[in-house]
Amino acid sequence: MRNTARKIYIALIFIFLYAPIFTLMVLSFNASKTRAKWGGFTFKWYSALFQNRDIMEALVNTLLIAVISSLVATVIGTIACVSMSGMKRKTRSILLGITNIPMLNADIVTGISLMLLFISFGIRFGVGTILLSHITFNIPYVILSIMPRMKQLNPSTYEAALDLGASHTTAFFKVVFPDLLPGILSGFLMAFTMSLDDFIITHFTKGAGVDTLSTKIYTEVKKGIKPEMYALSTIIFVTVLLLLILVNMAPSGKNEKADK
Amino acid sequence: MSKELIHLSNISKSFDGQMVLDDLNLKIHENEFVTLLGPSGCGKTTTLRILGGFTSPDTGKVYFDGQDITRIPPNKRQLNTVFQKYALFTHMTIAENIAFGLKIKKKSKSYINDKIKYALKLVNLEGYENRMPDSLSGGQQQRIAIARAIVNEPKILLLDEPLGALDLKLRQEMQYELIRMKNELGITFVYVTHDQEEALTMSDTIVVMNQGYIQQIGSPESIYNEPENAFVADFIGDSNIIPAIMIEDKLVSILDTRFACVDTGFGHNKPVDVVIRPEDVELVEPDQGTIQGVVTHMIFKGVHYEMEVMANGFEWLVHSTTMFPVGKQVGIKVDPFNIQIMNKPESEDEEAAAIDI
Ligand SMILES: Nc1ncnc2c1ncn2[C@@H]1O[C@H](COP(=O)(O)OP(=O)(O)OP(=O)(O)O)[C@@H](O)[C@H]1O
Ligand SMILES: [Mg+2]
Repeated sequence: MRNTARKIYIALIFIFLYAPIFTLMVLSFNASKTRAKWGGFTFKWYSALFQNRDIMEALVNTLLIAVISSLVATVIGTIACVSMSGMKRKTRSILLGITNIPMLNADIVTGISLMLLFISFGIRFGVGTILLSHITFNIPYVILSIMPRMKQLNPSTYEAALDLGASHTTAFFKVVFPDLLPGILSGFLMAFTMSLDDFIITHFTKGAGVDTLSTKIYTEVKKGIKPEMYALSTIIFVTVLLLLILVNMAPSGKNEKADK
Repeated sequence: MSKELIHLSNISKSFDGQMVLDDLNLKIHENEFVTLLGPSGCGKTTTLRILGGFTSPDTGKVYFDGQDITRIPPNKRQLNTVFQKYALFTHMTIAENIAFGLKIKKKSKSYINDKIKYALKLVNLEGYENRMPDSLSGGQQQRIAIARAIVNEPKILLLDEPLGALDLKLRQEMQYELIRMKNELGITFVYVTHDQEEALTMSDTIVVMNQGYIQQIGSPESIYNEPENAFVADFIGDSNIIPAIMIEDKLVSILDTRFACVDTGFGHNKPVDVVIRPEDVELVEPDQGTIQGVVTHMIFKGVHYEMEVMANGFEWLVHSTTMFPVGKQVGIKVDPFNIQIMNKPESEDEEAAAIDI
C-alpha cells in the first residue's frame, strides 16, 4: 500500500517535470502543422531545420562559442585553482566566495552589467562580446569542479617530484595535473553545457545580426511558432542531457578505477 | 669518526611569530644513522624540510660537504626524502614511480630497467613492476617510496616517520630491513621518529629534541644510561625522576635518605635531579633496603612485573622478574652505578626541557 503510494508520487513528479519536454518532443515529430491534432509521424521538421541557413549559422556560432569559451575558462580556472591552493586558508576562502557569487547572481543582472561594461568601454557587440561573457560566467563552474580535487591532493607528491629532481613545471604536469584531470574534464563539460544552454546573458551581449541557437529560437518564436523550433529544442535538450550524464560520469569513473 | 657531511649551523625558524627551531646546531657524518627524536610538534619535520630544501631557515646556514646549500632548491640537492605519507604517484605504475627521478636525469633505458630490478630486489618486492600503488599494502607502499628514493643514489636519505602508519610487527620487520639497506648501500640516513624504542634500535646517533631545542646528542646507550636532563630521561623509556640534594661527591640524599653514587663535581648540598631506571630498582626484604616502602600496584607485563612502591612520599616505578604482591612491605636498594645525577634546569634550554614533564 505504502509502496504504491510512493510509486504514484514519484510518477507524478516525473510527469510534472518532463511532460512539457515530452510534449515538445512528440510535437517535433508531428506531421500536422497545428498543435491540436496528430497528423502522423514525420522527420520533415528536422530536415527543414538542417536546410535553414540562419539556423545553421546560429548552430555554428553556438558550438564555436561553447568550445572556445569553455576551453579558455578551463585554462583560466585551472590556473586560478593552482594559485589559490598555494594561498593561506583565509585568503583562499574569501577568494572562493567571491568567485562563487556570479553563479548565484541572476543571469539577467550578469547580462545587463556585462552589456553596460561593453558599452562603456566602447566594445563592438558581436561574437567577440558573447565569447567574453561566456568565458566570464564559465570560470566559476570550472573552479567549482576542480577545487575539491585540489583539496584531496597529497601536497607531498608535488614535493616528492621536486625531491627527485623535477623542475616546478615538470612536477606540475607529471604529478599534479594527472590527479586534477578528472576535475578539469568535468569542469570543461560543465562550462560547455552552460554555454550551450545560455540565453539571457547572450541575449544582452550579442548585438544585432548575430545569433546563437537559443536567441534564434527566441526571435523565431516571437514571429509565430514553427514546428522546426520543436525539433531544434528537442535536439538541444537531448544534447544537454547527454552532456550532463557525461559530466556526472566523469569523476565516478575515476573513483571506480581507484577502488580496484 | 668519518667525514662530516652535513652541518646545520645556528638554524632558527619561526612560523607566524611562533619559534619552531631556535639556534639549532647539528653535524651529521658520512654513513651515520642519525635519528631526530622528540614529541609531536618539537620541530623534527621542520628540521628535515630545511635539510631537504622545502623550507628555508630564517637565519643560519646549511652546509653539505663543506658547501653552503642554504639557498639551493630541493631538485638540485644530492639528497632524497621518504615522506611521511609515502607520496607515491598514484597514476603511475610501481616501475614508473621508481623510474621518475632517473628519467629526469635522462638515464638510458637499460640503466633504468636495471635500477628498477635492483631496487625492487633490495626492498623485497620483486615482480611488482606493473602494479599500481593503491593495490599495495601500507608497508609495501612504504618500501616502494624507499626504492624510489634510493635508485637516485643520494648521499643522504631523509626519512620522516616512515614507519608511523604500520602495525607493530611490520614496523619491526621494516626496522631491520632499513638497517640492512643502510649497511648495504653505505649512505647516510637521517631518520625522524617520535618512537623512542625505534630510535634506540636503529640509530648510531640520537638527537633528542623538544620545543625547537636539541636536548642531547649521543649514542643510544649514552642517551639511555646517561640522560643529561629530566626531559631526556623521561622521554627515553620509563624512569623515576626524583628531586634530590647532592651532599658531597659520591653521596646524594634522595627523599631524605642517603644513597651512595658515583658522580662527582656537583658541589656541596646542591639541589639536583636523579634518574633511576625502573629495572635498576632492587626490591628486597625491608631490613635490607636503603628505604622501606609498600607495594601499591602490580601488573604482569610478559617479560617482567611492573610494580609501584610508595616510599618516603614518592611512588617508585619498579620492573622486576620477581613478583611482590600489593600491600607487601619491601626494602628498596639501588646500585651506586645506577643512580644518574642531573643538574636542575637553569638555562633557557633546560627550562624547555622541564615543561613537558
Ligand atoms: N607550514 C607551517 N605553517 C605554520 N606552522 C607550522 C608549519 N609547519 C610547522 N609548523 C609548526 O611548527 C611546529 C613544529 O612542527 P613540525 O612539523 O616540525 O613538528 P614535528 O616535530 O615534526 O611533529 P610531529 O611528530 O607531530 O610530526 C608545530 O608547532 C607546527 O604547528
Ligand atoms: Mg613531523
